[in-house]
Amino acid sequence: MASLIDLANPTRFMRYSAVLLPWVAGIAGVLLVVGFYLAWFVAPADYQQGETIRIMFVHVPAAWLAMMFYTMMTLSALGTLVWRHPLADVAQKAAAPIGAAFALICLLTGAFWGKPMWGTYWVWDARLTSMLVLLLIYLGIMALWRTLDEPSQAGRAVAILTLVGFVNVPIIKFSVDWWNTLHQPASVLRLDGPTIHASMLWPLLILAVGFTGLALVLHLVAMRAEIMRRRVRTLTILEAERLDRLSAESAPA
Amino acid sequence: MTRAFLAILKRDLALASRAGGGGELALVFFLTIVVLVPFALGPDLNLLSRIGPAILWLGALLSMLIGLDRLFQGDEEDGSLDLIRASVLPLELAVLAKGLAHWLTTGLPLALAAPLLGLLVALPGEAMLPVAATLLVGTPALSFIGAGAAALTAGLRRGGLILPVLVAPLTVPVLIFGVSASNAALGGTIPFATPFLILCALSLAAIVVGTLAAAAALRQSG
Amino acid sequence: MSDLGPHAGFILASYAAVTVVLGGLILSILLDHRAQTRALAELEQRGIGRRSDRSRS
Repeated sequence: MASLIDLANPTRFMRYSAVLLPWVAGIAGVLLVVGFYLAWFVAPADYQQGETIRIMFVHVPAAWLAMMFYTMMTLSALGTLVWRHPLADVAQKAAAPIGAAFALICLLTGAFWGKPMWGTYWVWDARLTSMLVLLLIYLGIMALWRTLDEPSQAGRAVAILTLVGFVNVPIIKFSVDWWNTLHQPASVLRLDGPTIHASMLWPLLILAVGFTGLALVLHLVAMRAEIMRRRVRTLTILEAERLDRLSAESAPA
Repeated sequence: MTRAFLAILKRDLALASRAGGGGELALVFFLTIVVLVPFALGPDLNLLSRIGPAILWLGALLSMLIGLDRLFQGDEEDGSLDLIRASVLPLELAVLAKGLAHWLTTGLPLALAAPLLGLLVALPGEAMLPVAATLLVGTPALSFIGAGAAALTAGLRRGGLILPVLVAPLTVPVLIFGVSASNAALGGTIPFATPFLILCALSLAAIVVGTLAAAAALRQSG
Repeated sequence: MSDLGPHAGFILASYAAVTVVLGGLILSILLDHRAQTRALAELEQRGIGRRSDRSRS
């Protein structure tokens, strides 16, 4: 009975996600087009940062998504360890590369924004450093997924790592804050400057929702691929066992 | 229960003291790293004494990581891990005993050797004791964070390099507060006690979290 | 948009980086999805999927 539920849940997910996918993709596409139009043609250049403010429109959503995906992975990890939900570790495995990609985008765009504004590609500032450590943790999680073969065992191992990482990320953030204030004088460059104007806030929000939609689409597709991969794996093993049995039966005859 | 705990502790200490046990090798590795750094930086004693605590901490961190992947692998291979799982001793306590044995055979000697190696990087005399003290309270955190990762990779044959990749990002806070406490002792605007106490707190937290995580990981793989 | 000011190179470079990373991610996920769909379809065509479903229930 339990195995029937295990099988039913991913099956139902495959059906619902197939219905949902085109809609989410369409909405995300429209939002991204509208958002980028507003960001590039309507929003004014910042009076301090000039045209480089255009970088913000991808930088900030990427940072949000990188953190949002880690939070979601932590919830999935709880789902794996506490409720043993069969979809939880699928969701978690599919989320890791997406979160890592957005963390990487956040760092790269930040570097290209930092060079003209701060005069350097990289500062060992608290926020930059903690995003870099987050990227490293993402990479570690992906590496652990690759080294463990058996999916459900790998899922529980990665879930433990994700939870430990989740406990550690605020500690890292806090200690890097502390470390930074120790080593650098108060002249640390601040980004907040003037409060953001409505003509920039709207494109930013629209793009943030659009990017979230895109990330959700990618996540759903990756989850579907992962479910199919596991089904292929199970079927191949079953088929191999059947062939094994057949040859064992025929051998003595 | 205490007897089972002590038995695991004694066994691991005995294994480490045998040939190839890893304890003294970590020490030699520590020495090698500290010797290599001046070759890379040049023999500028002022520079070396300024970054001395950082070199000692980095060397200690790397030496701790070097043998960690064997912490549970040997027991997994010869089946003693199954016996430990089946015993009356809660798995958390077994992990605690193994982590403690690992720290006694690597962390403690590293901390004790640090003042001697400090001479090589021209550490001022008054900084020797604080650096050794920070290593003494900081290395348990490394042992137990590493124990968690070692438990996750216990069943892997080719898991040698993945463990440092998993552990390194999680050790950032320990490294920051270890080095800043040592630097505070060298003279600075903040008192030594502030970062030192945070380092102690991090160590205690790492012992709890690392033990629980390692026990959970061992339970699910068995 | 006509004039990107003195920092046009950085702005274009950051958008190029976004395109490359996101494009690579999208492409790899779609390719993986297609590969798994094909593998599953091939197994089912050989009649392996059905049999295992029955043996499982």
